[in-house]
Order: sequence, then structure tokens, then C-alpha cells
Amino acid sequence: MADSSWLTKFPQMDRSDLLAIRKSLDSAYRDFSREYGDVIESFFDPLLTFLVWFEKLLLSTPWWLMIAIIVGLVYAASRSWKLCAGVLISFLLIGYFGMWNDTMRTMSIITVCTLVAIGLGIPIGILMARSDRAQNIITPMLDVMQTMPAFVYLIPVVMLLGIGKIPGVIAVVIYAIPPVIRLTNLGIRLVDREVLEAATAYGANARQRLLGVQLPLALPTIMAGINQTIMMALSMVVIASMIGVKGLGQPVLKSITNQYFTVGLLNGLAIVALAIMFDRVSQSYAKRTQRHMEGVQNG
Amino acid sequence: MAEPLIQIENLYKVFGKNPASVMTLVHEGRSKEDILAETGHTLGLKNINLTINKGEIFVIMGLSGSGKSTMIRHFNRLIEPTEGVIRVENTDVMKLSAKELEQFRRHKMSMVFQRFGLMPHRTVLDNVAYGLSIQGVDKAERNGKAREWLETVGLAGYEEQYPAQLSGGQQQRVGLARALCTDAEILLMDEAFSALDPLIRSEMQDQLIQLQEQLHKTIIFITHDLDEALRIGDRIAILKDGEMVQQGTPDEILLNPATGYVEAFVKDVNRARALTVETVMKPPARRITADTIGEALEQMKRIRGDYAYYVSDDGYQGVVTQQALEDANSETPFEEVVEAIPHVAPDAILESVIPETLESQYSLPVVDEEGELKGELSRRSLAEVLGDAESQTAAESSDNRG
Repeated sequence: MADSSWLTKFPQMDRSDLLAIRKSLDSAYRDFSREYGDVIESFFDPLLTFLVWFEKLLLSTPWWLMIAIIVGLVYAASRSWKLCAGVLISFLLIGYFGMWNDTMRTMSIITVCTLVAIGLGIPIGILMARSDRAQNIITPMLDVMQTMPAFVYLIPVVMLLGIGKIPGVIAVVIYAIPPVIRLTNLGIRLVDREVLEAATAYGANARQRLLGVQLPLALPTIMAGINQTIMMALSMVVIASMIGVKGLGQPVLKSITNQYFTVGLLNGLAIVALAIMFDRVSQSYAKRTQRHMEGVQNG
Repeated sequence: MAEPLIQIENLYKVFGKNPASVMTLVHEGRSKEDILAETGHTLGLKNINLTINKGEIFVIMGLSGSGKSTMIRHFNRLIEPTEGVIRVENTDVMKLSAKELEQFRRHKMSMVFQRFGLMPHRTVLDNVAYGLSIQGVDKAERNGKAREWLETVGLAGYEEQYPAQLSGGQQQRVGLARALCTDAEILLMDEAFSALDPLIRSEMQDQLIQLQEQLHKTIIFITHDLDEALRIGDRIAILKDGEMVQQGTPDEILLNPATGYVEAFVKDVNRARALTVETVMKPPARRITADTIGEALEQMKRIRGDYAYYVSDDGYQGVVTQQALEDANSETPFEEVVEAIPHVAPDAILESVIPETLESQYSLPVVDEEGELKGELSRRSLAEVLGDAESQTAAESSDNRG
């Protein structure tokens, strides 16, 4: 007689089989990380050195000089006094509430993560725009990166590299890189066909087309991607603090476990202030580079 | 004069996944619809043969979907043909490597686009200098040249503007200046004036004709507008569904349309503006060369008319009527019976001679610059050509049947 229990109960895999799979995968990965952990770690050494150096630089600069530099950069990028005043006030408040050092640490890691994400993301986006095959392969990977809960890929990263800055950077970059890749790809694919054809007709080679036409015309879209990447990196800061990234995330984590509402709120607001600053500055910079699109200005 | 510069032989273009696989069907002469239904491939161009001479404006005309834009992109291989030969001055364009093709595009041909194809992020000056910057010409030199061409097309003072700040006509002038700036011998113009409003379009046509008088480029011009084709073309090729229907000078196409398709096109053309006196005039039958009244009367009888044109050794002099000859006595000097009436030039546009032709009681003499009598233009032949084109073609086809 056939056993018909599979009709009422999902025919599950044997417990012991599942256990075997888990064990073998876990131990294989553990072996892999024992074998190659050091090599991979040393591969990231230069990045770590830079991270440490940059963080020290931000921390050791006197606060008033730091604020002057930041406001100066904001003005250079946006040419808006209103934005400068907002940034000045937020940083004075951050310092006054005793979050200066954490904010500097967060700024340093966000800056590095954004640079890494741009440095990797734009070339990958260009590759995707060039080849439909690359696009078909990379798009599902980006989907996984964006939807997989961040904690899941924290596990292998930590197993491989332990707790510290580098795993934090890797986790943040994995989480934050998809927008810049997607929007670089999209921006290049949306470049006016006739303009590109004109460049080809005048004998431009692939490099001249990319640098002279495709990237400049895709720039507004790419900037939107960079903006999104920064925002996502900032929101990842709290999660990354779980694996030892110092900064504004750690007090937030502490206040969750200890139910310190005010500390959590203040640090959260500091993150929001940073986010707004990065967002407005990068957007107004992007807009300034696109002034030629504004059409007839002088009738 | 007629020195071939570009030759296209047996050119085929099939769009689809595997164009080579359907070429046997194409050569069997299957129709475009059959091939599309059977294989999912679109036959873009079918057996195109063209010879374009140095220094002429060659117009390729067709409606949308006729393959004309596909055609022009074959000259610089923006589109690769499925089969066929493209030769420019003994260079087999199909055999060029990628690098050689880049060089070829930089120096031999330049292109003007329907929607201008300007780089929105570059100033007008940088746009005009684009071709030279691709060639690696240094900035001072290319900007100097770009300024000159901007001035030629009438846009001096707009150097630092961005394309979006200009009107359509101005933008296309920038496109034209960019094409001229590389000093390429061949100019490809893909519906260059089609996006402009009619007034600006005719201005640009005039400017192109003027420029061509000084520059003597070889221009391949694509258009869907027959009036435009007739106006600027030295020779015209008409495309329909990827096939060449007729090739010839504007007059040939107007007066001898090869197929019903061309006829239908030609029907709506303003012939008065498209044709010259030369194409309509009849050879001069009424010509007398005698210089005495008696001899003149003799000749007049032979030609059986009541008037004739008097031609001396110095060329055309005027008209002589039978009445005047009979009224004159033998003492009257011959010059006195010769009546001066207006004459027209062989290359004059028909429209410009309509009033004179209608006012004159005689057929108008056609006289060239050297004073030679070339022909005569009667009211009747004028009416025949300008009259209802439909009744005329109907008459022609009944002639053919008979």
C-alpha cells in the first residue's frame, strides 16, 4: 500500500539529509576561510590602512577647522548659502550634544564606502550597458543583493574576515552598490541614439564615444544613482555597527538593548542630518553640471 | 565633369537574426512580404546600384519605410550591408578594418542628421569643432576653424551658447558647420531639413546651394519631399520598399516617370518652378537668315508661317512678320522690318517666363548667353507642360497602348 500522507503534509527532505547538507556547506566554507582568510585579509590591507588613516585625519582635525572645510566643500558643490547655514547649524548641534567623534567616524566610513561603490559600480554599469548578456547575468545578482536581508551576508563576511572595519565596508558596499550600477547602465542605454550615431559617423572610437558622449549625457542619471547609494550606505551604518563598525550606529545599537530612547533619537537625528547634507549637496552639484539643458535662457 | 566618386553595386540589406540564411530567398526574387512571413526577416534594401559623381548633389528620395535612411548609413557603414560592394574612390569600404574605418569616417565623409545629433553638453563652438577634436587637432587650431565655419553659416556670436538655447534652424546650421569643419569631401545629409518649418527649410536649401557653388562637395541628400529633391538635386534616385525605382536628372524624372509610383509623386509637383525653359522649348523651325526683303519672303513661304526669327551672323536679331515684309518696298532697309520682341534664356525657370509668353502674340525665342537662337517657346507647349498632369499622363498611356 502506498503511503498517501504526502497529500496532507509537504513531502519534506529527511532531517538527517538537511543536517548533512548544512554541515558539509558550513564546514566547507569554514575550511575555505581558514585556508584563504589571511590571503583575503591581506588583499584588503591597503583599504584598511586608508580607512584608519582617513578616520584619524577626520578625528585629529580641530572641530572648527573641520566645520570650515565641510562648509567650504558644501559651498563649492552647491553654491547655496542656505544649505551652508543648515550644515553649519547641524554640525554645531552635533558637537554640542557630544556626538562629534562618532559623526566623524561615520563620515569617514561613508565616504570610503561611497568611493568604493562608485569605483566598482560605474565600470560594472558600463559593462552592463555594453553587453545585453552581462546585463542578463548581473541584474538578478543585483536583485539578490538588494533584497537579501543584510544580516545574511554579514555571516559569511564575518566568518571570513572577522569583526572590524573591512567587513563593515564590504557589507555596506554590497548593500549600497546596486543603485549606482543600475542607474549607470540605464543612463548609458538612454543616451540619444542619434547623438551617439553622430559621434560614430565622425570617426569616434569606443573610448571617445564613452568619455565624450555616453558618460557626460548619462551623468544626471548616474548622479541620481550615486545619491541613492549614499543614502543606502547611511542607512546601513546601524546594521554595520553590529560587526564592529564604530560610529553613530553603535550608540543606536546600545540604546536598543538598554532602552535609552533619547540617546537613540539624538544619534538617529545625527544620521538624518548627515543624510540630508549628502543628498542636497550631491543633488545640487548634479543640477549645476546640467545647466546647459535648461533651454533658452535669454530669449 | 562626370567623374564617379562613389559606386554601390548589388547592395542588399536584410534585417533579422540570421540575414545570410535568407539571401537565397531574396535572390530567388521572393517578395518582401513573403520573406517576412516565412522567416521573420525584413528586406531593407534590394539590389541597389548607384554611381555618384564627384561634385554633384545626389538626392535619394522615398517615403518613410522606403529604406532611404538605411541606404545613407551604408556609405559610412553605420549599418553593415548583408551583401554588396561599396567603393569610394577605389577604396573598398567593405574591406576596411575597424581602425581604417574610423580614419575613413574622420577624413572622407561627414554627416548631417535629421534631428541634428548635436551634443547637448558641449557649446556650439565645441560642437562644430567636434570632428577635428576626434582627429586630435589641437584646440587653438580647431576652434579657429570652427569659428570660420560658424561665420559662414551665419551664426557668428553664438559660439558659447548651448544647442538647447538655439532654434531648430540654428541648430541645423550648427550641424552643417560641424559637417563642413572637417573638410571631408563627401557630405551625407539624412533628411537634414525635414524637421524644420517650411520657411526655414527653403532658406537652408538656398544656403546649401550657395555653399555648394563655392565648395563643390559631393553631397548625398536624403529626403521624402520631391520638391526639395527637384530643387537641390543634380540627380535623383527614387526608392520604394527598398528598391530603386528610377534614377535621373530632375527633368527626366518629371517628364518621363518610369513607373506609376513615380508618376503619382510627380503629379503634385509645381512644374512651373521645377522645370527650365530648355526642357519645354521646341527646336527653332522659323528661322530666316536672308538679309534682303525678297529672299526673306522666299524663306518665309518655305516655313509656312506668318512670322519668323531673323538670325544674322551675329546671332539672333528679332522677329520678322510676313505682313511687314509685304508692306515694305524694295527700298526699305531690312533692319526696319525686324521687330524686337522679348526673348528668354534657356536656363530660366518656367514660372519666371509665364507672363511674357502669355502676353506675346508670337512664340518667344529662346536665346542663350552667346546670342544663339536655341529654340522657341509657344504658349501651347507651356500650357501642355503646366496643364493638368493627370490628363497628360492619361494621354501618354493611351499613346503607349495605341
